[in-house]
Amino acid sequence: MSETAIKPRIEKIPLKEQLAQKLPVLLVPVLAAVGLIAIGNPASWLTLTVAGLAMGMMIFIMASGLTVVFGLMDVINFGHGAFVAVGAFVGFTVLAWLAGWTASPSVFMNLTAVLVAILAAMLVTGLLGLAFERVIVMPVYGEHLKQILVTMGGLIVAQQMIYVVWGPDELHMSRPEALQGSLVIGEAAIEKYRLVAVGIGLALFLGMRHILKNTKIGLLVRAGVENGEMVEALGYRVRRLFLIVFMTGSALAGLGGVMWGLYQETITAHMGSEIMVLVFIVVIIGGLGSVEGCFIGAMLVGLLANYTAFLAPKVALISTIALMVAVLMWRPQGLYPVVKAK
Amino acid sequence: MAENLLTLSGVHTHIGPYHILQGVDLAVPEGGVTVLLGRNGAGKTTTLRTIMGLWTASQGGIRFGDHVITKLSTPEISRRGIALVPEDMGIFTDLTVAENMILAAANGPMDPKRLAWIKELFPPIGNFWNSSAGTLSGGQKQMLSVARAIIEPRRLILIDEPTKGLAPAIIKAMTDALKELKETDTTILLVEQNFAMASSIGDTVAVMDDGRIIHSGRMDELVADVALQEKLMGLSLEAHQ
Repeated sequence: MSETAIKPRIEKIPLKEQLAQKLPVLLVPVLAAVGLIAIGNPASWLTLTVAGLAMGMMIFIMASGLTVVFGLMDVINFGHGAFVAVGAFVGFTVLAWLAGWTASPSVFMNLTAVLVAILAAMLVTGLLGLAFERVIVMPVYGEHLKQILVTMGGLIVAQQMIYVVWGPDELHMSRPEALQGSLVIGEAAIEKYRLVAVGIGLALFLGMRHILKNTKIGLLVRAGVENGEMVEALGYRVRRLFLIVFMTGSALAGLGGVMWGLYQETITAHMGSEIMVLVFIVVIIGGLGSVEGCFIGAMLVGLLANYTAFLAPKVALISTIALMVAVLMWRPQGLYPVVKAK
Repeated sequence: MAENLLTLSGVHTHIGPYHILQGVDLAVPEGGVTVLLGRNGAGKTTTLRTIMGLWTASQGGIRFGDHVITKLSTPEISRRGIALVPEDMGIFTDLTVAENMILAAANGPMDPKRLAWIKELFPPIGNFWNSSAGTLSGGQKQMLSVARAIIEPRRLILIDEPTKGLAPAIIKAMTDALKELKETDTTILLVEQNFAMASSIGDTVAVMDDGRIIHSGRMDELVADVALQEKLMGLSLEAHQ
């Protein structure tokens, strides 16, 4: 084919559209700035902002797996909360076994105990995800109503299994010595654990971005979200990819469960289904299937919940729902809608 | 005539309550271009998708080379050397041109010589290598779709209406590229409504109607027989031109 036959041409994206694509990213600093003006006191604002970001990061950890599973597999998994709860209980058990390490004055021993608890929780919830996908989800691919029913059924079964293994009572999950207390910066008191949560959440987000953008499996996930059929036609076994993603999403929920349990310091069999309301709001705000959207949505929910709890506690109850309504009125498909060819 | 690379025998395909393919018998000789003609809704796209395993044949058999592939999964069929260029092009618009090509090379890194040949065949692939595939024009997306199918050597390429909705200059360029591809001994099964284009590159032809093959033979014989063209398609080649 000659160069003269086809003049290279590429459609230019108008400036307005380019700005519109970047606009959701600006929402987080804008909300933080509005929060500063409304709160007035910079020290209180800093404390609330770090608390909001930490909460947002933990919700992101739990929601990221759910959004990728939905985007790639078109599966609405109402049982995702089960992995959060199981992760927290496994983390609790491991930390109880390692009580000597968590009570030690050594920061290294404390963090190692948390790391072991996280890895164990991710391993167990990842394997639980494998069983969940094979037994519960696989028979109902492509059937949304059945997916909702059977995954909710799976959630109930998992909660009952937690009762069987750990008993019906809520358990106290104390943080290791090094993660207790606050750092005082000027007049602001910032809980150490929240800084750890922000660090882990940020590292996870950057890691996921790197994998999705720079590795072949990441390319396959992104391509599969858009057109799974074409990925199969190129010779890749999408079902196998589904399973890997489902297990990873479940393991991330387990990680989120440990983090959330240490944050709340109490765990119950129902903690997963309770947090799932916020998780679903974040996934919907972000755009079903979008990791970036999920991250921004989680930050917005975390910040808004903390600011409104300080400014107007009664409004805090509806603030996240109001945020979702506002975002969906502006962008009905969420902040970063995922293009699907199906 | 060369030995058949692909043979469909009495293939039936149901999609939900619809009985689309109703006993398709089709032979694709190795090393040439076989054109599948027919009006809209005749079952051409369904035939390609059934060969590729995207829809499963409810009856009949599909033989590719020495193997029966009727019940194989799509990835297995692809790995046996069949590539699909779908009607909607199937481009991953969220990925760059380069990323689309990297994924298409399912068996490992791209062969630099083959990539250079493709960039020569389709200059926009090289020109927009790092651009988002979603920003390409329709013709460029079609080129990318074909380029993806040939980044690895394939025994058979199924191409579904590559000229649909394209400007005449792009159609000519695409036709030239397919002719060059034909010279590499790749077998092509081409679904095409543009009879002028189809007749210029086709060696053999099959005409479909109502989910069945109603005619098959040499393309030059159909081109020479205006009465047959009118009988099979309602319009002759002259009417297209």
